[in-house]
Amino acid sequence: MIHDDSAYESLADEHGGDARWAFGTGFDDPLSGVDTAIPDGVDAADLATYCLMLADDALVMSQRLTQWCTNAPELEEEVALANIALDLLGQSRLLLARAGAADPALPSRVAPDLPHEDALAYFRGPTEFYNVTLVEADNGDFARSVARLLVFSTWRLALLDRLTTSRDAVLAAVAAKGVKEVTYHRDYAARWVIRLGDGTALSHGRMAVGLEDTWPYVGEIFVSSDVEQRLAAANVGVDLAGLRAEFDDAIGQVLSLAKLPFRDVASTVDTLGRSGRHSDALATLLAEMQVLARAHPAATW
Amino acid sequence: MSEFTAEGGHGAVPTEGVPSGVEPKQRSVWPLYEVFVRGKRGLNHVHVGSLHAADDDMALHHARDLYTRRNEGVSIWVVRANDITASSPDEKDPFFAPSGDKVYRHPTFYSIPEGIPHI
Repeated sequence: MIHDDSAYESLADEHGGDARWAFGTGFDDPLSGVDTAIPDGVDAADLATYCLMLADDALVMSQRLTQWCTNAPELEEEVALANIALDLLGQSRLLLARAGAADPALPSRVAPDLPHEDALAYFRGPTEFYNVTLVEADNGDFARSVARLLVFSTWRLALLDRLTTSRDAVLAAVAAKGVKEVTYHRDYAARWVIRLGDGTALSHGRMAVGLEDTWPYVGEIFVSSDVEQRLAAANVGVDLAGLRAEFDDAIGQVLSLAKLPFRDVASTVDTLGRSGRHSDALATLLAEMQVLARAHPAATW
Repeated sequence: MSEFTAEGGHGAVPTEGVPSGVEPKQRSVWPLYEVFVRGKRGLNHVHVGSLHAADDDMALHHARDLYTRRNEGVSIWVVRANDITASSPDEKDPFFAPSGDKVYRHPTFYSIPEGIPHI
């Protein structure tokens, strides 16, 4: 029946018997009916490492965005950033599970008794993470955070878009789900970059600094590791170098509306995330993210 | 008679002469918007709450982030709270009391066929 009082009540009816959820939702399983076999001619360890790379990008970015909770300039922005973080966490979980399924030795080496995704998220050390350096850098102010989010989501959207035709059916399904999410993330970040860039003198200046702080990390995200190159050649993964033109075009459009310059800055970072070589910022971030799970393995609530 | 405003998200409320105990702190200069969401199976948009935003466009996006996170909606309306003209508590009786005893205005004297849920 239709309740006049609350939109939520009408929705809750759909799932009347499920007391667990405050509001009915009707979840879709993005992997329902997907062929989980590893494609022919693909090295399982390579596939697992590749899944870790994509998972770690999302997981570390998610953790950084989560750090805005209780710190965002407006309550509405806080929820928006948390939503984006949760989308990325969801992508990361599917990819970590895929990594564990492709190469069960990976999770069992660090935490044999835990679900694969928990073992891989909470019991690997900083040198075993393969995320790009871009996502582990400190949040800085809000302008720097949306600058980084714009760069990250533009890059990841281009990546996931190509991954939807991967020969690995699981990666293709995860990418298809992620494209819709990251399209919104990019839109959110672009709106803020334009709003601040084309705003007051103060907001323009802060946004310009936020972008200047972000450019040095851009070089690294278009350099494919050996694993990525091998999987791209097998039509399972994506060669990062091929994303640059689309990235430049999208970022250029946003920045011209924001009245800010696009600068191709030479990378000044001496890290290489895809090889597990990270800045100190990642160790600090992981310590905070992992401490509870390590103190209470397999805890539920 | 005191001034009334729709600001606050719960219909018209007096803006003066109401003891609040604390001096209200001006947290945000962003105006208030009221949010209406149409659920997947809902026939009409329903008021679900309010939010602050700098302009209409931002209000729509905030509404998406705040009020459709749990897969509730398929359509959102936002409107500046200041743009809502609301009835006031003072007019409660002349406005609404006369309908209280007009039972013949309700379609209870007809049999409603099965399969017509919304009437």
